[in-house]
Amino acid sequence: MDEEPLVIGTCKLTSRLIIGTGGAANLAVLERALVASGTELTTVAMRRADAEGGSGVLELLRRLGIELLPNTAGCRTAAEAVLTAQLAREALGTDLVKLEVHADDRTLLPDPFETLDAAERLAADGFTVFAYTNDDPVLALRLEEAGCAAVMPLGAPIGTGLGIRNPHNIELIVSRAGVPVILDAGIGTASDATLAMELGCDAVLLSTAVTRATDPERMAAAMRSAVVAGHLARSAGRVPQRFWAQASSPPR
Amino acid sequence: MEIKLNGKWTEFPDGATVADVLDASGGQRPGIAVAVDGVVVRRSDWPTTAVPKGAGVDVLTAVQGG
Repeated sequence: MDEEPLVIGTCKLTSRLIIGTGGAANLAVLERALVASGTELTTVAMRRADAEGGSGVLELLRRLGIELLPNTAGCRTAAEAVLTAQLAREALGTDLVKLEVHADDRTLLPDPFETLDAAERLAADGFTVFAYTNDDPVLALRLEEAGCAAVMPLGAPIGTGLGIRNPHNIELIVSRAGVPVILDAGIGTASDATLAMELGCDAVLLSTAVTRATDPERMAAAMRSAVVAGHLARSAGRVPQRFWAQASSPPR
Repeated sequence: MEIKLNGKWTEFPDGATVADVLDASGGQRPGIAVAVDGVVVRRSDWPTTAVPKGAGVDVLTAVQGG
Protein backbone atom coordinates (compact mmCIF):
# COMPACT_ATOMS: atom_id res chain seq x y z
CA MET A 1 0.00 0.00 0.00
CA ASP A 2 1.47 3.33 -1.03
CA GLU A 3 1.90 5.71 1.86
CA GLU A 4 2.75 9.39 1.89
CA PRO A 5 6.34 9.94 3.03
CA LEU A 6 6.85 11.71 6.33
CA VAL A 7 8.46 15.10 5.74
CA ILE A 8 10.34 16.80 8.58
CA GLY A 9 12.28 19.85 7.47
CA THR A 10 14.60 18.67 4.69
CA CYS A 11 14.11 15.06 5.72
CA LYS A 12 11.79 12.81 3.70
CA LEU A 13 11.12 9.43 5.27
CA THR A 14 9.35 6.41 3.84
CA SER A 15 10.04 4.39 6.98
CA ARG A 16 8.35 5.75 10.10
CA LEU A 17 10.74 3.94 12.41
CA ILE A 18 13.71 5.94 13.67
CA ILE A 19 16.37 3.90 15.45
CA GLY A 20 18.88 4.91 18.10
CA THR A 21 22.28 3.25 17.85
CA GLY A 22 23.00 3.13 21.59
CA GLY A 23 23.21 -0.16 23.44
CA ALA A 24 24.18 -2.51 20.62
CA ALA A 25 26.76 -5.10 21.62
CA ASN A 26 28.88 -4.41 18.54
CA LEU A 27 28.69 -2.89 15.07
CA ALA A 28 27.87 -6.18 13.33
CA VAL A 29 24.81 -6.68 15.53
CA LEU A 30 23.83 -3.05 14.99
CA GLU A 31 24.16 -3.37 11.22
CA ARG A 32 21.87 -6.41 11.06
CA ALA A 33 19.31 -4.69 13.27
CA LEU A 34 19.36 -1.47 11.25
CA VAL A 35 18.90 -3.34 7.98
CA ALA A 36 16.04 -5.43 9.43
CA SER A 37 14.34 -2.29 10.78
CA GLY A 38 14.25 -0.58 7.39
CA THR A 39 15.07 2.72 9.11
CA GLU A 40 16.21 5.72 7.08
CA LEU A 41 17.12 8.00 10.00
CA THR A 42 19.22 7.03 12.99
CA THR A 43 20.56 8.84 16.02
CA VAL A 44 24.17 9.20 17.08
CA ALA A 45 25.65 10.89 20.16
CA MET A 46 28.50 13.41 20.24
CA ARG A 47 31.41 12.58 22.53
CA ARG A 48 35.03 13.57 22.99
CA ALA A 49 37.17 11.96 20.31
CA ASP A 50 40.19 9.98 21.39
CA ALA A 51 43.34 9.83 19.30
CA GLU A 52 42.60 6.25 18.25
CA GLY A 53 39.80 7.38 15.95
CA GLY A 54 36.04 7.01 15.86
CA SER A 55 33.82 4.12 16.82
CA GLY A 56 33.04 3.22 13.22
CA VAL A 57 29.35 4.01 13.56
CA LEU A 58 29.59 6.92 11.09
CA GLU A 59 31.14 4.73 8.42
CA LEU A 60 28.46 2.10 9.01
CA LEU A 61 25.56 4.54 8.66
CA ARG A 62 27.06 6.13 5.55
CA ARG A 63 27.57 2.70 3.98
CA LEU A 64 23.94 1.77 4.69
CA GLY A 65 22.72 5.11 3.31
CA ILE A 66 21.02 6.01 6.60
CA GLU A 67 20.69 9.70 7.43
CA LEU A 68 22.22 10.90 10.70
CA LEU A 69 20.24 12.48 13.52
CA PRO A 70 22.82 13.67 16.08
CA ASN A 71 21.51 14.05 19.61
CA THR A 72 22.47 16.22 22.55
CA ALA A 73 22.23 13.41 25.10
CA GLY A 74 24.18 14.05 28.26
CA CYS A 75 23.56 17.80 28.22
CA ARG A 76 22.09 19.34 31.36
CA THR A 77 21.66 22.95 30.23
CA ALA A 78 20.44 24.78 27.16
CA ALA A 79 23.92 26.23 26.62
CA GLU A 80 25.50 22.76 26.56
CA ALA A 81 22.85 21.48 24.17
CA VAL A 82 23.29 24.41 21.78
CA LEU A 83 27.08 23.95 21.70
CA THR A 84 26.72 20.19 21.17
CA ALA A 85 24.29 20.78 18.28
CA GLN A 86 26.65 23.27 16.70
CA LEU A 87 29.55 20.81 17.01
CA ALA A 88 27.41 18.07 15.46
CA ARG A 89 26.53 20.33 12.55
CA GLU A 90 30.20 21.11 12.01
CA ALA A 91 31.34 17.49 12.36
CA LEU A 92 28.57 15.79 10.40
CA GLY A 93 27.33 18.44 8.00
CA THR A 94 23.67 18.17 9.03
CA ASP A 95 21.19 20.73 10.36
CA LEU A 96 19.11 17.98 11.98
CA VAL A 97 19.36 17.67 15.74
CA LYS A 98 17.58 15.61 18.34
CA LEU A 99 17.43 18.04 21.24
CA GLU A 100 17.50 16.34 24.60
CA VAL A 101 18.36 18.01 27.88
CA HIS A 102 18.17 15.63 30.81
CA ALA A 103 17.25 16.80 34.29
CA ASP A 104 19.02 14.04 36.21
CA ASP A 105 20.68 10.66 35.71
CA ARG A 106 18.12 8.48 37.49
CA THR A 107 15.06 9.44 35.44
CA LEU A 108 16.75 10.96 32.38
CA LEU A 109 13.53 12.97 32.08
CA PRO A 110 13.71 16.05 29.88
CA ASP A 111 14.19 19.36 31.66
CA PRO A 112 11.31 21.38 30.19
CA PHE A 113 12.78 24.83 30.86
CA GLU A 114 16.22 24.12 29.45
CA THR A 115 14.72 22.21 26.51
CA LEU A 116 12.43 25.09 25.53
CA ASP A 117 15.25 27.61 25.89
CA ALA A 118 17.56 25.51 23.70
CA ALA A 119 14.80 24.88 21.15
CA GLU A 120 14.28 28.60 20.64
CA ARG A 121 18.00 29.23 20.19
CA LEU A 122 18.55 26.28 17.83
CA ALA A 123 15.53 27.05 15.65
CA ALA A 124 16.72 30.66 15.36
CA ASP A 125 20.15 29.32 14.34
CA GLY A 126 18.67 27.37 11.43
CA PHE A 127 18.54 23.89 12.93
CA THR A 128 15.81 21.37 12.16
CA VAL A 129 14.97 20.59 15.78
CA PHE A 130 13.49 17.25 16.88
CA ALA A 131 12.63 17.99 20.51
CA TYR A 132 12.57 15.17 23.06
CA THR A 133 9.93 16.18 25.59
CA ASN A 134 7.70 14.99 28.39
CA ASP A 135 4.23 13.76 27.47
CA ASP A 136 2.95 17.25 28.31
CA PRO A 137 0.46 18.63 25.77
CA VAL A 138 1.13 22.24 26.79
CA LEU A 139 4.89 21.93 26.49
CA ALA A 140 4.51 20.21 23.12
CA LEU A 141 2.66 23.26 21.82
CA ARG A 142 5.24 25.62 23.29
CA LEU A 143 8.03 23.69 21.57
CA GLU A 144 6.18 23.89 18.27
CA GLU A 145 5.77 27.65 18.73
CA ALA A 146 9.51 27.85 19.45
CA GLY A 147 10.15 26.55 15.95
CA CYS A 148 10.69 22.82 16.45
CA ALA A 149 10.24 20.74 13.30
CA ALA A 150 8.99 17.75 15.30
CA VAL A 151 8.01 17.10 18.90
CA MET A 152 8.97 13.81 20.49
CA PRO A 153 7.03 13.00 23.64
CA LEU A 154 8.21 10.07 25.74
CA GLY A 155 6.08 7.01 26.35
CA ALA A 156 8.07 6.30 29.53
CA PRO A 157 11.58 7.16 30.73
CA ILE A 158 14.49 6.23 28.46
CA GLY A 159 15.50 2.59 28.58
CA THR A 160 12.66 1.46 30.88
CA GLY A 161 10.61 -0.41 28.30
CA LEU A 162 7.48 0.54 30.26
CA GLY A 163 5.51 1.39 27.13
CA ILE A 164 3.14 4.34 26.83
CA ARG A 165 2.15 5.31 30.36
CA ASN A 166 -0.26 8.06 29.45
CA PRO A 167 -1.88 7.30 26.09
CA HIS A 168 -4.42 10.09 26.53
CA ASN A 169 -1.69 12.71 26.77
CA ILE A 170 -0.13 11.37 23.58
CA GLU A 171 -3.54 11.65 21.87
CA LEU A 172 -3.93 15.20 23.16
CA ILE A 173 -0.51 16.15 21.79
CA VAL A 174 -1.33 14.58 18.42
CA SER A 175 -4.75 16.25 18.24
CA ARG A 176 -3.32 19.76 18.43
CA ALA A 177 0.11 19.39 16.84
CA GLY A 178 0.91 21.25 13.64
CA VAL A 179 4.24 19.45 13.29
CA PRO A 180 4.98 15.72 13.23
CA VAL A 181 4.77 13.89 16.56
CA ILE A 182 7.30 11.13 17.15
CA LEU A 183 6.88 8.81 20.13
CA ASP A 184 10.33 8.64 21.68
CA ALA A 185 11.50 6.51 24.61
CA GLY A 186 9.83 3.87 26.71
CA ILE A 187 8.99 1.41 23.94
CA GLY A 188 9.51 -2.14 25.21
CA THR A 189 8.00 -4.38 22.59
CA ALA A 190 6.18 -4.33 19.27
CA SER A 191 2.68 -3.66 20.64
CA ASP A 192 3.95 -0.43 22.25
CA ALA A 193 5.12 0.82 18.85
CA THR A 194 1.82 -0.15 17.25
CA LEU A 195 -0.11 1.67 19.97
CA ALA A 196 1.95 4.82 19.40
CA MET A 197 0.98 4.83 15.74
CA GLU A 198 -2.65 3.96 16.51
CA LEU A 199 -2.75 6.98 18.82
CA GLY A 200 -1.81 9.07 15.79
CA CYS A 201 1.92 9.54 16.12
CA ASP A 202 3.72 10.12 12.83
CA ALA A 203 6.71 7.97 13.70
CA VAL A 204 8.40 6.06 16.52
CA LEU A 205 11.96 6.47 17.78
CA LEU A 206 13.41 3.61 19.79
CA SER A 207 16.78 2.22 20.68
CA THR A 208 16.98 -0.01 23.74
CA ALA A 209 13.98 -2.16 22.78
CA VAL A 210 15.93 -3.35 19.74
CA THR A 211 19.60 -3.06 20.66
CA ARG A 212 19.25 -4.78 24.04
CA ALA A 213 16.73 -7.41 22.95
CA THR A 214 17.96 -10.99 23.06
CA ASP A 215 17.83 -11.03 19.25
CA PRO A 216 18.12 -7.41 18.05
CA GLU A 217 17.70 -8.27 14.37
CA ARG A 218 14.46 -10.14 15.02
CA MET A 219 13.10 -7.39 17.26
CA ALA A 220 14.00 -4.78 14.64
CA ALA A 221 11.93 -6.70 12.09
CA ALA A 222 9.07 -6.87 14.63
CA MET A 223 9.24 -3.11 15.19
CA ARG A 224 9.23 -2.44 11.47
CA SER A 225 6.00 -4.43 11.07
CA ALA A 226 4.53 -2.95 14.25
CA VAL A 227 4.94 0.62 13.05
CA VAL A 228 3.47 -0.17 9.65
CA ALA A 229 0.54 -2.00 11.27
CA GLY A 230 -0.24 0.84 13.65
CA HIS A 231 -0.02 3.43 10.90
CA LEU A 232 -2.34 1.45 8.63
CA ALA A 233 -4.81 0.83 11.47
CA ARG A 234 -4.89 4.51 12.38
CA SER A 235 -5.59 5.57 8.82
CA ALA A 236 -8.07 2.71 8.25
CA GLY A 237 -10.47 4.05 10.89
CA ARG A 238 -11.14 1.54 13.63
CA VAL A 239 -14.64 0.42 14.66
CA PRO A 240 -16.12 2.16 17.69
CA GLN A 241 -15.91 0.26 20.96
CA ARG A 242 -19.30 -1.08 22.11
CA PHE A 243 -20.59 -2.19 25.49
CA TRP A 244 -22.84 -4.98 24.14
CA ALA A 245 -22.12 -7.61 21.56
CA GLN A 246 -22.98 -7.04 17.92
CA ALA A 247 -23.50 -10.19 15.89
CA SER A 248 -21.18 -10.56 12.94
CA SER A 249 -23.20 -13.47 11.49
CA PRO A 250 -26.70 -12.94 10.05
CA PRO A 251 -29.60 -13.76 12.45
CA ARG A 252 -31.22 -17.17 12.01
CA MET B 1 52.03 26.54 27.07
CA GLU B 2 49.44 24.21 28.57
CA ILE B 3 45.95 23.75 27.16
CA LYS B 4 43.16 21.56 28.45
CA LEU B 5 42.63 19.12 25.58
CA ASN B 6 39.49 17.04 26.08
CA GLY B 7 39.72 17.65 29.80
CA LYS B 8 43.43 16.82 30.16
CA TRP B 9 46.18 19.42 30.58
CA THR B 10 48.62 19.00 27.68
CA GLU B 11 51.78 20.88 26.69
CA PHE B 12 51.90 22.61 23.28
CA PRO B 13 54.29 25.19 21.76
CA ASP B 14 53.24 28.80 22.21
CA GLY B 15 51.18 30.02 19.27
CA ALA B 16 49.90 26.53 18.35
CA THR B 17 46.85 26.61 16.12
CA VAL B 18 43.82 24.34 16.28
CA ALA B 19 45.30 22.46 13.31
CA ASP B 20 48.59 21.97 15.19
CA VAL B 21 46.76 20.60 18.22
CA LEU B 22 44.80 18.17 16.06
CA ASP B 23 47.89 17.03 14.14
CA ALA B 24 49.49 16.09 17.46
CA SER B 25 46.42 14.23 18.73
CA GLY B 26 44.85 12.01 16.10
CA GLY B 27 44.88 14.26 13.05
CA GLN B 28 42.51 16.55 11.17
CA ARG B 29 40.20 13.65 10.34
CA PRO B 30 36.68 13.81 8.95
CA GLY B 31 33.70 13.56 11.30
CA ILE B 32 35.19 15.67 14.09
CA ALA B 33 34.42 19.17 15.33
CA VAL B 34 36.36 21.46 17.64
CA ALA B 35 35.33 23.99 20.26
CA VAL B 36 37.79 26.37 21.93
CA ASP B 37 36.54 27.71 25.26
CA GLY B 38 33.01 26.70 24.33
CA VAL B 39 32.92 28.26 20.86
CA VAL B 40 32.91 26.17 17.68
CA VAL B 41 35.91 26.74 15.37
CA ARG B 42 34.98 26.00 11.77
CA ARG B 43 37.14 23.47 9.95
CA SER B 44 38.25 26.13 7.44
CA ASP B 45 39.57 28.24 10.34
CA TRP B 46 41.62 25.49 12.04
CA PRO B 47 44.97 26.45 10.41
CA THR B 48 44.64 30.12 11.28
CA THR B 49 43.08 30.00 14.75
CA ALA B 50 45.68 30.20 17.50
CA VAL B 51 44.76 28.47 20.75
CA PRO B 52 45.17 30.82 23.72
CA LYS B 53 47.30 29.69 26.67
CA GLY B 54 45.17 27.84 29.23
CA ALA B 55 42.26 27.40 26.81
CA GLY B 56 39.91 24.47 26.93
CA VAL B 57 39.89 22.61 23.60
CA ASP B 58 37.24 19.97 23.01
CA VAL B 59 37.38 17.61 20.03
CA LEU B 60 34.13 15.74 19.45
CA THR B 61 32.95 13.01 17.14
CA ALA B 62 29.85 10.89 16.67
CA VAL B 63 29.51 7.64 18.62
CA GLN B 64 26.71 5.12 19.12
CA GLY B 65 23.93 6.64 21.17
CA GLY B 66 20.31 7.29 21.89
